Amino acid sequence: MHSGPAVEIRGLTRRFGDTLAVDALSFDVRRGELFGIVGPDGAGKTTTLRMLAGVLPPSSGDAHVEGISIASQPERVKPHIAYMAQRFGLYEDLTVRENIEFYADLYRVPKRERPNRLQRLWRFSRLEPFQHRLAGQLSGGMKQKLSLCCSLIHHPAVLLLDEPTFGVDPISRRDLWLILHEMVAEGTTVVVSTSYLDEAERCDRVALLDRGRTLALDSPTALQRSFSAPLVAIRASEPRRARDVLRAQPVVRSAVLFGESVHAVLADGADLASLTEALGAAGIDVLDAHPIRASLEDVFIDRVSRQERAA
Amino acid sequence: MIEAVELTRRFGDFTAVDRVSFTVQAGEVFGFLGPNGAGKTTTIRMLIGLLAPTAGSARVAGLDVVADRAELRTRIGYMSQKFSLYGDLTVAENIELYGGLYGVHGDRFEQRRDWVLALAGLKGDERQPAAELPLGYKQRLALGCAVLHEPPILFLDEPTSGVDPLARRAFWDLIDTLARAGTTVLVSTHYMEEAEYCHRLALMNRGRLIALDTPARLRAAYDRPIFSLETGHAPRVVEALAGAPGIEDAAMFGRAVHIVAGDVTAAASSVRAALSGHGEELRGLERVEASLEDVFVGLVRREGGAVEG
Repeated sequence: MHSGPAVEIRGLTRRFGDTLAVDALSFDVRRGELFGIVGPDGAGKTTTLRMLAGVLPPSSGDAHVEGISIASQPERVKPHIAYMAQRFGLYEDLTVRENIEFYADLYRVPKRERPNRLQRLWRFSRLEPFQHRLAGQLSGGMKQKLSLCCSLIHHPAVLLLDEPTFGVDPISRRDLWLILHEMVAEGTTVVVSTSYLDEAERCDRVALLDRGRTLALDSPTALQRSFSAPLVAIRASEPRRARDVLRAQPVVRSAVLFGESVHAVLADGADLASLTEALGAAGIDVLDAHPIRASLEDVFIDRVSRQERAA
Repeated sequence: MIEAVELTRRFGDFTAVDRVSFTVQAGEVFGFLGPNGAGKTTTIRMLIGLLAPTAGSARVAGLDVVADRAELRTRIGYMSQKFSLYGDLTVAENIELYGGLYGVHGDRFEQRRDWVLALAGLKGDERQPAAELPLGYKQRLALGCAVLHEPPILFLDEPTSGVDPLARRAFWDLIDTLARAGTTVLVSTHYMEEAEYCHRLALMNRGRLIALDTPARLRAAYDRPIFSLETGHAPRVVEALAGAPGIEDAAMFGRAVHIVAGDVTAAASSVRAALSGHGEELRGLERVEASLEDVFVGLVRREGGAVEG
């Protein structure tokens, strides 16, 4: 096995016509790391994963996966990885089980290992009762789960997953992440993109991409600590109107909805009492207001919207 | 606005939707939650007249979903996970196409086109092919097209799957704008924070409606104590706690572990044992309010788990 980082990205760039989708990315993914990629639409997450999987050549720069150049030897990268694309090739006229067996054959998964792996995949996907149903007749979320099963039947050195939980319900999402943690514990390197920031919080490190560049890269804890402005969560009778009232306050740098609460980033020295007063004056009942630690989603929203304002 | 009575749909011997009854008031934002395969999409397809019920009935905007299905099409807006846009047509051409489909012409069309462009934030990008738009814009354009004809009721089937947190919030601002203008919205989602934005929620499992109430009341009705635990070994601790004494459920919430306790004392010893396996001490279990995700998972498990064939 190659001894350096599992993935080494150096100046990786991809253009589509005039659009710079990925702009000179450079970072490493360590062996056995659970590495998350997050970012707004069009940040270059999918393009980066496609290049790492050896299915899209870079315009310039290179990446080494397990020590093999994706620019010069993309075919040699493939035995070391499993790649789950957003649109994964399921055979709609094969059953659920036949699809998994097809990929097991394709990846040459040893026969004796298949029953255990299959059991684990059934546990998370709950697809066992549907194993004889044609893939074409599954609901959207179930197709997604089947695609994941097909990728995970193979245990490669590096697993590249592009939004694996797209359309997957909260229960299966939990179970899927336990499988990813198990695979990491067994030594697999996992690179995963997601639009769920609570999933990104479970990664060892996270890269926040925007417009093809790295806006931040660190452990979730370090990213959360780097959020130094005072942050408060306010629960109010009319959350959306409360947000708008808060946005109009000069001491509020930004205010966004988090479910039934509003998270407001304050200027230094701002006090909470003046905000609850302002809300009261607008006829809004404040049910609860207290300072909170920034979640990764707070960090994401703050960094990306600051970047947008700067652009 | 919507009245479903014992709505049922079977595919062969599989009952996808099983005697589902509910009503949605005018102006309501009504959320549809449930595991994959619970019957949400099938229910929506029956309500918009795309799929005939096997039994039961439904009225939408005063029309019967079977007898009046042709007229129903003009009274509703519908947007699915696969945004119904033509990728090789431009933004303007997509809007024109929907204008033709819904019979919106002349001055009214021009007004509505401008409204859709403003709603989607695509003024000045009219000649851009739809396929080249970022996902968030595609989604807002698809929403605009779905309501071009100002339907009183809008059906959204997982409209925000895979969309980033900023674009998701922007999309919900649009839903709120439409709802305030009087549009009734039925929306399915897997994002629990979005479920909080709904006035009422219906939770489906195995084709049946297992809960229906406001988000606040659903959370308040959840009767199990939930604790949050900080640990450096969350995945392993979750595994060790599965089936341990006093533990009903343990799962990761971000990096923390949420524990649903049956018996609090027994649960605390189980947690201590799980932590000591990693050389950690129990520094305290923080009692937390049930989140909608806790409620969702708890109710589905209580009903015997997610879908079975």
